[in-house]
Amino acid sequence: MVLLSSHASATFVFGFGFRFEINLMFVLLGFVQLFFSYFKDLVGREVTVELKNDLAIRGTLHSVDQYLNIKLENTRVVDQDKYPHMLSVRNCFIRGSVVRYVQLPPEGVDVELLHDATRREARGG
Amino acid sequence: GVLRGFDQATNIILDESHERVYSTKEGVQQLVLGLYIIRGDNISIVGEIDEELDEKLDLSKLRAHPLKPVIH
Repeated sequence: MVLLSSHASATFVFGFGFRFEINLMFVLLGFVQLFFSYFKDLVGREVTVELKNDLAIRGTLHSVDQYLNIKLENTRVVDQDKYPHMLSVRNCFIRGSVVRYVQLPPEGVDVELLHDATRREARGG
Repeated sequence: GVLRGFDQATNIILDESHERVYSTKEGVQQLVLGLYIIRGDNISIVGEIDEELDEKLDLSKLRAHPLKPVIH
């Protein structure tokens, strides 16, 4: 995704402070509604949620809310040997504020559609 | 613990709670805490425990680094 790569390189150059600005930028530009709608359409898909503490959880997207909190079903932690903390958890609620990435299968993403939608949103559409 | 309540800010009420402390040197330590109100700011995940799976775990054999803190 376009957003992903620019975010990664920006963090490398500018460091810690810039990452927080990205989150703020999303809110100020009113992107949250767009992504809320986008995630609602993705319900039922297999996703991997990477958190800000580096934990990665794979599962089926059950639901999402206005804060982009995520509910996952059938969860497995990606590196179970390194992170045995959630071995007995199969369904979980993840707070939106701790999500770094939501990783989707590339076939599941219509980049053109997203690109157009975000451009429109950024223009104030 | 047992989730007794929550609100929009994800503040929660957790009854009969216990904390699992992970370490690389010894098995998982369980500290009984009782009834807690946890402020939503501090919460990353609320996971539903599958009792069957949890019973099968041998916590004394588990070795792991504690989870890293969340960096915004």
